[in-house]
Amino acid sequence: MLSDQDRIFTNLYGVHDWRLAGARARGDWDGTKEIIARGRDAIIDEMKASGLRGRGGAGFPTGMKWSFMPKEIGARPHYLVVNADESEPGTCKDRDILRHDPHKLVEGCLLASFAMGAHACYIYVRGEFTNEARHLQQAVDEAYEAGLIGKNACGSGWDFDCYVHRGAGAYICGEETALIESLEGKKGMPRLKPPFPAAVGLYGCPTTVNNVESIAVAPTILRRGAAWFSALGRPKNAGTKLFCISGHVNKPCNVEEELGIPLKELIEKYAGGVRGGWDNLLAVIPGGASVPLLPKATCDTILMDFDSLREVRSGLGTAAVIVMDKSTDVIRAIARLSAFYKHESCGQCTPCREGTGWMMRVMNRMVQGRAEPDEIDTLEQVTKQVEGHTICALGDAAAWPIQGLIRHFRPLMLERIQQYKSRGAARMAAE
Amino acid sequence: MAETATAAFEQPESFAFDAESQAEIATTIAKYPAGKQASGVLPLLWIAQRQMGRQTNSAWVPVKAMDEIARILEIAPIRVYEVCTFYLMFNTAPVGKFHLQLCTTTPCWLRGSDDVVAACRSATGLNGWKEISADGLFSMTEVECLGACVNAPILQVNDDFYEDMDAEKTKALIEALRRGEIPKPGSMSGRQTSAPDGGPITLTTLSFAKAQ
Repeated sequence: MLSDQDRIFTNLYGVHDWRLAGARARGDWDGTKEIIARGRDAIIDEMKASGLRGRGGAGFPTGMKWSFMPKEIGARPHYLVVNADESEPGTCKDRDILRHDPHKLVEGCLLASFAMGAHACYIYVRGEFTNEARHLQQAVDEAYEAGLIGKNACGSGWDFDCYVHRGAGAYICGEETALIESLEGKKGMPRLKPPFPAAVGLYGCPTTVNNVESIAVAPTILRRGAAWFSALGRPKNAGTKLFCISGHVNKPCNVEEELGIPLKELIEKYAGGVRGGWDNLLAVIPGGASVPLLPKATCDTILMDFDSLREVRSGLGTAAVIVMDKSTDVIRAIARLSAFYKHESCGQCTPCREGTGWMMRVMNRMVQGRAEPDEIDTLEQVTKQVEGHTICALGDAAAWPIQGLIRHFRPLMLERIQQYKSRGAARMAAE
Repeated sequence: MAETATAAFEQPESFAFDAESQAEIATTIAKYPAGKQASGVLPLLWIAQRQMGRQTNSAWVPVKAMDEIARILEIAPIRVYEVCTFYLMFNTAPVGKFHLQLCTTTPCWLRGSDDVVAACRSATGLNGWKEISADGLFSMTEVECLGACVNAPILQVNDDFYEDMDAEKTKALIEALRRGEIPKPGSMSGRQTSAPDGGPITLTTLSFAKAQ
């Protein structure tokens, strides 16, 4: 079990004071000026050496992402944009950072912005997090007042402004280019890449978009050193991670643990176990709604990190663990996700706009069993026609849960179809 | 679930930002670089919606408010209309004083959101989504994942999350709102935010100042 001394989010549950005085007592804003004095390259090298991979779902190395920003600041200013549009079903970790540890994020914004030559940062908070955004805004105000950000931030000589911007209820704005569009005051419709945001981002300027957790862990990594962080977790899957354990467990909760912790240990040690015991487990969605589910047999031994989960054709995603026990109608559970993606498709690309609706309607029939057996193959084919054929990954995200369901629960889907047919036959016979 | 047609309603003849809103608008527009004031569309829509809530007990955005935002930001009105209708949280028709936003996405559904929806219906007397009760107190809408899944199911009332809900707690909450009380948001089972039931089992060896 990870020791408390190695936990980064020491106020995860909001037991302690989240304001500046409390944050300072927990070690935030300690030696920030000295870290900046190391220089841009040293900070980026340390982040690369730490092995931190982006915590927003894709797992791209954070230090490398920062290094993609132009070395010199040209005519166009650089921007850091923080993605606090947390909306992946199952995920609620950034919420705890925003409301309980906002200073970690603000300090991280300063350090990351300095490392990429940005004098301004926008934090895009999902619209529903009204109270969380209020905490964050207060933390920003406190930091300005204390001279930690603003002109000559922390006495470092670097000028830095930090702004909180609120969304208004659109999952798609968690996609980085849609988020930039939304921040510019438009509908959240993703942009084609290339050009990548590091070349042409917010207001046409070089921009890096990072997840809240990726930025909020940076100050601690830079203070304690890359060696400390990379010693935690597993090779190429370094460090600690916030896990959200929801669904059919006795004690749903958020917890910070090392990457690579066995799924079973995570559920049993922290979330009070599966409702009705481990043998009552049906399946787990290990990384938020977008990733394919895992049947119980896989859950018995799987480790929770990027590479282990990819080997079993799923993903770590946001590390949002959605647990389903044997009472679950798993076809309906996935059909509800299909409805989610249909609702959240921005409508820009035809395969996604039409495909998500089509998949939802067929999935709703599959819940009833009102289908022909070969329609399962048709459904799978359609998911493949959506996957990879859209500007952003929402189409993929809509396809993967269905593919996972078919891969692991085809017999159940067939059985449902047979049951529906035999009920129909019984009705016919009775008439 | 079928959506019922929104009852007929009238758009106000005019809309003007009050002093409180105007102060907010000034600080908002200053956040964005010169010439990029269009970034203020979402924040100004929020300000308009909140003002309507203050003034009429129904937080929504009339067309006249969108026109006023377009005028202030010096952009075409259609740029505001298209944004206002794209984002779910902007209400383009009146809502109740207490706008009940029910999450029914899979993590909430697994924890019993169907019961919360049923309890909301029976306690408010509302049959469908997007209706308003006759006394103007309640309206209901189905929302997608609210991002508080370890405290599922969630019922959002205006800006506040009520967590770890069930049918009984939902009924009690709605009765309290009807009496004019606003129960403290957060976990309705009384646990510490996102910590497991019974209290945190991590971070117990560290001592810092407690939250006020």
